[in-house]
Amino acid sequence: MLGLRAVNRSATDLPDGERTSLPAPKAPRGLVEIDGGARLSPLQWVERRMLSRPLIGPLAVLVIALIVFSIVSPNFGTLQNFSLILQQVQVIALLGIAQTLIILTAGIDLSVAAVMLLAQVVMGKLAVTLGLPVEFALLLGVLVGVICGAINGLIVTKLNIPPFIATLGTLSIFYALNIFISDGESVPYAEVPALLTWLGTGFQVFGTTFTYGQVLTILMFVLFAYILRSTAWGTHIYAVGDNLEAARLSGIRVNRVLMSVYIVAGLIIGVTAWLLIGRIGSISPTAGASYNLASITAVVIGGTSLFGGRGRIMGTLLGAVIVGVFSSGLSLAGFDNLWQEFTIGILIIGAVAVDQRLRKIGR
Amino acid sequence: MLLGLSGCGTQASSNGEPLVGLVIKTQDNPFYVKMTEGAEDEAKNLGFNLQVASGDGQSDVDSQIKAIENFTAQGAKAILVTPAGDGIIPAVKKAQAAGIVVFAMDSPLGSESGIDGTFATDNQLAGQLVGEWAKAALGDTEPRIATLDLSTDQIPVDVARNQGFLEGFGIDTGDPTKMWDESDPRLIGHEVTDANEAGGRTGMEKLLQKDPTINLVYTINEPTAAGAYQAVTAAGLEGQITIVSVDGGCPGVMNVQEGIIAATSMQFPLEMSKQALQAVKAYLDDGSKPANSDGLDFTNTGVTLVTDQPQDGVESEDTAFGLEQCWG
Repeated sequence: MLGLRAVNRSATDLPDGERTSLPAPKAPRGLVEIDGGARLSPLQWVERRMLSRPLIGPLAVLVIALIVFSIVSPNFGTLQNFSLILQQVQVIALLGIAQTLIILTAGIDLSVAAVMLLAQVVMGKLAVTLGLPVEFALLLGVLVGVICGAINGLIVTKLNIPPFIATLGTLSIFYALNIFISDGESVPYAEVPALLTWLGTGFQVFGTTFTYGQVLTILMFVLFAYILRSTAWGTHIYAVGDNLEAARLSGIRVNRVLMSVYIVAGLIIGVTAWLLIGRIGSISPTAGASYNLASITAVVIGGTSLFGGRGRIMGTLLGAVIVGVFSSGLSLAGFDNLWQEFTIGILIIGAVAVDQRLRKIGR
Repeated sequence: MLLGLSGCGTQASSNGEPLVGLVIKTQDNPFYVKMTEGAEDEAKNLGFNLQVASGDGQSDVDSQIKAIENFTAQGAKAILVTPAGDGIIPAVKKAQAAGIVVFAMDSPLGSESGIDGTFATDNQLAGQLVGEWAKAALGDTEPRIATLDLSTDQIPVDVARNQGFLEGFGIDTGDPTKMWDESDPRLIGHEVTDANEAGGRTGMEKLLQKDPTINLVYTINEPTAAGAYQAVTAAGLEGQITIVSVDGGCPGVMNVQEGIIAATSMQFPLEMSKQALQAVKAYLDDGSKPANSDGLDFTNTGVTLVTDQPQDGVESEDTAFGLEQCWG
């Protein structure tokens, strides 16, 4: 496995090839010859490229979808519609950053949307019902996200409960708290302070509206793509996800890495709560409750492996946008809503099938 | 999610008060929270021992079946249930066979259910009222209509409100048990929304992308309408588009006051639980069962159009009334 990965690197000479796990030994030089000497079929060639550049798959799907839908519907291929699609998926995409970090550690977080709802309901409760300064309410709401993330992290690292079960439990707990604090009621638009909806406002470029929320989303992706690629913390996340034992043996404090990942994920989710308020204008305890699975969908379609250790932050952005493009494109082409869900299902299975295939040849 | 149900069959009541079980759909909707509060007050008045159980969502049939079975085992005298689906009918029949009177609230069960009575909003009428209002409000303007519905599943409440709206507006509904089979060119399109703000906004954005000349939008409920309004303002079309809705929640009525929603049909969850418990009392006293409202197979607990732009020939109340009467 390690040998072939290394071969792949040197053969294609790509420094941004798939991350090898930290304790990876240097590849024996001789292996290069074997690979270089063998003839690759076109399929094998594509697979090798996808192994070294995991964004190729989702990017190809996106480009093809954009072309097809632009031909089918005249209203589709406009800057205005592309801006709209990004607005429609931005909340899922931002949750997807948190989800990607956790999935890269071979974990999963079923509670992301529940944490988001709880954080925004706390923001609303503090700012509107209790009349606290809105900046303070915003910060405390984000802090709720951090605390929820820390709770998830503690359950995973201290109680040694698998992330799936841990976050299945906290999904119920955080959602119940959300309903308890909000009484199940929305705060209507007119009562929400302007700062909380600020990310929904925006500016005009070429006659198209872009929102500050979109800008924030893009900046967060750039930031975390950089962090994962260029910091020790990023390298440790891949190492822990690729092989926990190997990471431990090589001196990485595994639990500390896991804990930090859940806390940072909580921070991102807290910020996403602010984004959600901007998006829908009011503070609702139920809007976006389905985003737990939607965020996982974005990560998977973006090519990140559910088994940990392989994937890209930018893939998740592509994954979320792909879902938005199919949803918008199929709707404009006159397909009924249920065919949107049908198509997303096919995309998920296709993405995981590709991942399985790549894992196999990666060995 | 089941509250205080142990399922042991001996505690028939506390203080000798007859046990009445209330099974709601979900606690994350103020509609059911308000309904529960109304039931608790009325149960105190009538001397019932009321216990409440909740499912875990709009269509969580399984939890409701368990709750009905538990109340049956506990020796309840009556069960009030807001059916999450026809899947609960066998459990209802078993309860009835054990001598328990069972009433449905909020949504009717299938016609063969043999339920002892139903207390619900006439959702068809609720839709019809906003349809009639919209027809009058639009006047001579050529209508360009879109609907923001709940889901693709053709759920009864979704269908009744949608078809009622179209009928009220004077559009041929085709098969009145099916949404979206209409061929009227004034109908531009529809999207499903999960009946929340996020779905309402995205759905409205898609509809406007399809056709920016839309000028009338029916929404399944007020949170959906609030989301749709965000899309409308983002597109700068506030002056062009009229949004109507159904529900009567307090945030919704406030949005009517703000002009975000033009008109909404208010329903009365407090009345549902109050009337249902009074019917339980009557049944336990002399065995009489509630009578259905004229032309309906259930007892209509009332629906009132709330708007600050009254139209000739359409009865309505203003938002001052609405804010007094609203739930949640």
